[in-house]
This record gives sequence, C-alpha cells and structure tokens, in this order.
Amino acid sequence: MHSNSSISLFGTCVVDLFFPQAGMSALKILEREGIQVNYPQAQSCCGQPAYTSGYSDEARRVALAQIAAFPGEDPIVVLSGSCAGMMKHHYPTLFQGMPEEEIVRQFSKRIIEFTAYLLEVLNIELHDLGPAESVALHTSCTARREMGTLQNGRELLRRLDKIDLKTHDHESECCGFGGTFSVRHPDISAAMVQDKTAALRQCGASKVISADCGCLLNITGALQKQQAHPENKTAFAGLHIAELIWQRTGGKSQ
Amino acid sequence: MKTEILHNFTSRSRAATADEAQRGKFRSAMDFLIAKRAAQFPDPTEWAELRESGQQIRQRALAYLPKLLVQFEQKAQQNGMTVHWAETPLEANQIIHGILQRQQVRTLIKGKSMVSEEIELNQYLQAHSIQALESDMGEFIVQMADEKPSHIIMPAIHKSKQEIAALFAAEIDDTPYTEDVDELIQIGRQALRQQFFNADAGLSGVNFAIAETGTLCLVENEGNGRLSTSCPRVHIAITGIEKMLENLADLPTLLTLLTRSATGQPITTYVNLISGPRRADEQDGPEEVHIVLLDNGRSQAYADVQLRQTLQCIRCGACMNHCPVYTRIGGHAYGTTYPGPIGSIISPHLLGLAETRDLPSASTLCGACGDVCPVKIPIPELLLRLRVENVTRAGTKDHPAVMRGQGAKYRLSEKLAWQAWSLLNTTPALYLASRRSAAGLRHLIPSVKAWTQARVMPKIAPQSLHELIKAHQEQKS
Repeated sequence: MHSNSSISLFGTCVVDLFFPQAGMSALKILEREGIQVNYPQAQSCCGQPAYTSGYSDEARRVALAQIAAFPGEDPIVVLSGSCAGMMKHHYPTLFQGMPEEEIVRQFSKRIIEFTAYLLEVLNIELHDLGPAESVALHTSCTARREMGTLQNGRELLRRLDKIDLKTHDHESECCGFGGTFSVRHPDISAAMVQDKTAALRQCGASKVISADCGCLLNITGALQKQQAHPENKTAFAGLHIAELIWQRTGGKSQ
Repeated sequence: MKTEILHNFTSRSRAATADEAQRGKFRSAMDFLIAKRAAQFPDPTEWAELRESGQQIRQRALAYLPKLLVQFEQKAQQNGMTVHWAETPLEANQIIHGILQRQQVRTLIKGKSMVSEEIELNQYLQAHSIQALESDMGEFIVQMADEKPSHIIMPAIHKSKQEIAALFAAEIDDTPYTEDVDELIQIGRQALRQQFFNADAGLSGVNFAIAETGTLCLVENEGNGRLSTSCPRVHIAITGIEKMLENLADLPTLLTLLTRSATGQPITTYVNLISGPRRADEQDGPEEVHIVLLDNGRSQAYADVQLRQTLQCIRCGACMNHCPVYTRIGGHAYGTTYPGPIGSIISPHLLGLAETRDLPSASTLCGACGDVCPVKIPIPELLLRLRVENVTRAGTKDHPAVMRGQGAKYRLSEKLAWQAWSLLNTTPALYLASRRSAAGLRHLIPSVKAWTQARVMPKIAPQSLHELIKAHQEQKS
C-alpha cells in the first residue's frame, strides 16, 4: 500500500560511525513496507555538536551541507530524536532573519523522526517471531520534550507481542550524555549514567532499547565498562529500536 | 578568593559527585519536591493556561520596567517608605549600613532574602560590627554552620537531621542531642523568638513589588518574615529591580504559580503585603520602612531582548528541583548565590561570564527546567545563547558587546578545531575518507579519559552505514 512512497534517510553521524546495523535495520524495515529509500551519500552530521557548543557559524555551514544533500520534497526520516530535533526545530532558529531562512524552513518541514514515521505514516504492523524477552526503554530527552515522540517507543514495543516492557527507576531522567557535555563535565555525566545504568540493571530487563544512538553510545559504553567488573556477570545490551524490530520480525540478527 | 572559587566548578563538581551520602540526600529531597509539585498541577490544561498567564504578566512588567520602577518609587514614597537605588552590591551594602548606623542598630534580624546573599550583606555588616541573624529556619541552620544556602527555597536541604541535631547541640545553650525533627524545629524557634524583639532592625527580601500601589509582597511559612518586618522599629527590604509587577491584580496568578511550583503548596502559611511604616492609629509595625532596589547586572540582561527573559524568574526553584545536574552536585558546587539552571543563566549577568564560564555548559540541555518553569523562561535556549557569548569575542564582525566577560572561553585552538570539524562535515570526500580515524571527533574531546572514566571507547564499525547502504543498493540493482 505504500509502494509509491519514497523517503530519504538521514542516518546520523553516530549511526554511521558506531551503529551502522541500526541504520541497515531501519532501511530494511522501510523497504519491506514497500518504501523506496534514498540515502544521499553526501550527508554527514546534523551540526548539533557545534550548535550546542556555541559555534553557530560552523553549525550553519554543516546544516547547509545537509540541506544541499537532500534536494526534493520527500520526507526525511531521521534515525535519532536528537538529530531530528536539531533539524526540525533548531535549523529555523539558526537561520532566523537570514537569506536562507525560507529554504531552511521548507527543509525542516520534511523532517520526521523514524518511530514517528513508522507509526504516524505507516501505522506499521509487526509480527513478532522472537522469543519472550524483557526489555527496558530509554526515551531521549529530545524525543520526550522537543519531538513529542515520547509514546512511540512504547507503542512499537507493544506491537511486538512477546516483548515485556519493564519500567526503570527515574525513567524520564536524562542519561547524562548531552553531546559535548559528557566530556566537558565528565564527573557529572558519569554520575548520571551510573545512576541510569544501575536503574536499568535493577528493573528486570536484559536489554535497553532506544530510538536515539547518542544516548545509546553513552548508556552502552557505561554498561560495557561495568561488565569488565566481576560483580556484573550478566551482560546488559543496548539496541536501537530499528534493530530490535528487524531482528524480531524476520530479519537476521547481526 | 571568590574568583578562585567560581573558576573551580570542575573540582567542586568532582567532589560533590564523589560524595555518595550527599547525592542520596539531594536525590530524595528533589524527588519529594518533584512529587509535591506534580500533585499541585494535575490538570495539564490548567497548568498550560496558568503559566501562559504568568509569562504574559512577567513579560508585560518587564516591557514597562523603567516606567514601573518610577511609579513604584512614587507610590512607595507616598506610602511613607524610603526608596534607595543601588547599582552594585557594594552600594547596596553601604546604603543598608548607612541606615543601620543612623538608627544606631547593633543587631539585625533577617527574614529570608537571596538578594542579601547575593550582596553578602552578613559578611559586610559583620566587618562593621553589626550582627545579622537569620530567622528563616533553613537560613538559621546554614548561618550557624557557617555555610551558604545550597538551594534558593530550602537553604539547608544539604543537611541531614543528624547533622542539624549535632549542630544545635553544640551551638545552642542547654540543648540535648535529638534527631526528632519537630523537637529540632521547636529548639530553633525558641532560640529565635526573643531575637525578634531584641533586634533594632529587620531585613527581608521581596517576592513581588507592585508598582500600582507601592506594595511589597512577601511569602513565607514560618512567620519569621512577618515578625522580622513588624517587630523591630526599622524594616529594610531589598530586591532586584526585576521583581516589579504592574498591578495588584497580577499578584494572585503569580502567587499560585510560585507556591505550587516551589514547595507544592496551594498557598503559603503567610502572605505579607507591606504598604509602609506604622500609621498614627496603628499599634504594630516599624517606624521606618526602606526599600533597596538593586541592579547588579540585571540591566545588562534587560538590554538584550532574548536575555531579558532571564528576568521573568519568580525564584520558585522548580528548575533546580528537576535538574539532573543540580540533583547530582547540589547547590554549593555552582559557587554562586543562585545555583541550578536559573543560576546558570542569571549568574553570568551578576558576576560576568569570565567568573561563571563553566556554568552555561553545565547542562545536558535535557529540557526539564524549561518544562517546569512557571513563567515559561526558555532556559535551554538561554544556556545556548550564553554558550555562544562564551566562545565569541565582542567587537568581532557581526557580534556586538552584550555582556561582561563575553568571549571568556574563546580559544583560537578550539575555534580552529570546530572549523576543521565543519570542513570535514561539509566535504563528503573528506568525511568518507576520515571516518576511520574519527579525526573529526578526536581533537574535540579534551581528553579520552573524560569519556572512558565511566565508559568504554566506542568501536568504529568496520563498515559505515554509507558503505553498507551503497553495497546494498548495488546488490539490488
């Protein structure tokens, strides 16, 4: 039913570098739904690291490169709430009163976060073929507050029959990543991610699912570091929601 | 001394995060306050409408601020108050000291006032042989421990009942050690009671100043504010110039937003409306009422339309209660009078960016603060703006001077690193070629250890998404 639809995929630099399987899973899910997926090779980063560090000129240059890489009018599906928020809400702010403002606004209107696309556009049906499993969900702060995609992860997991969603303590709290915050204020960031991972380990799940690879970079990085200690015998994995969906609905795990 | 303290945000936050006991205290205290507040705003529509009104009232007051200040001065004078203007903390201290000297005041009893903390009034008066005694229970405890408030609403929130019990037993005569909270409060009240009558003057803060009527509004729960402002023969109130409201009719909306957001109370036990000294036919009240209006950098924030929103603040503290960073490090680590998210956007105006350069970045921009702000201050947006001012020197092309200490974090090396990053991410060939070394990221990380102290270094995937999709598409066609 969606066979005529085509979208462009913005993978994000974090997925490109560290979680390419999440991007491949998203691509395959979309293609299975009959969507033609365009992946411009000229894409790189949304510009958020410079933007949140106060380097607006540099962020603008990178933003314009992404806009140039995505000509046309098709929806741009973004694999991270945080980057989607940057492109949808912060690009227009960055170019306010500038000659490029209108072009940027037109571009920003095309941005849709991956889980929102699956639910709002495709209303995707998922046939869960995987074993019964308990997972926790981490919703990024951007998804929660800026993109309004807070319930999407929950809804998608609900459509996977054999997934038991566990809630963890202070679920709505930030994981402590915050982009360059994690290295500018490493002690505070470490305290936050330690609390987050402790809550995850105690909730009865064996993996954490997120639609945001920035958070996952932080959370899984901490989980893996903790697993080096003998007292943390049980492995606790982190996975992008696209990868979980693909694995459980027929795709092979990596 | 102060400069050194402020510059050392990193070492103070390191010490604070390492203190498990303190982290636990802040966590449970903030959870308690979050739950109390949430219970006060069960209806999202009412909350949305109310804060919209609150924002409009504050923005209207700020739009007319110069006019309202003049109007307030006239009305307050008509009501018999004396109005003083102070541009700096030193001027404010000198004004207050001058009043106390003329009245031959030896002891001053104080209601809660964060502006008096901002100007370090107690220390100034002590150096001039005048004793200032805090009468708010939290401030009383903090003063006794020779510390500073760690929260704007709950100054002693960092102290456990055991610590307070030990403090009272050691410092208050004939006091046995008790951890019973009600008993501790009674001990504090008894110690304070006579002081209200012994003091020659009382000092208070101000929650709102109403221009229309020349009225000061003061909310509190302990009655110490009312006693401090009515028992002694002189009352001095001190406030920042931004606390003006246009009309008395603006007050109910802001009062309910303030108390529900701050302590989760529908209203405080005491709401004081002070309109001048004791009149001829009245039995109670001070003979003189003075009001000190302090600028201290507020007009700098005022001059910029975006930064002006900082001054909408009604000092409820909800942003710090909900801040995951404040919850981890507590108020003292910020090294400023106002901690937490609001502190990180107001302190740079009070002290200059050079002194507060680490504060705008002390946030993950998670947005919790902006969500709960009862007057809709876009705190994350203002943090971002200050980050720009932090790394951009004034007077460069297209960048006017907007604040003291602008460009405090400007480093040519960092600027060049971001330019290189930008080049990398705008040149596809360069981006594709350099990804394996992650060169674009590496020189932006101050030290690898900053990341690896709590996490493993992420491994760069053998093939990028760019490459995988390219192969996938070639295979398909």
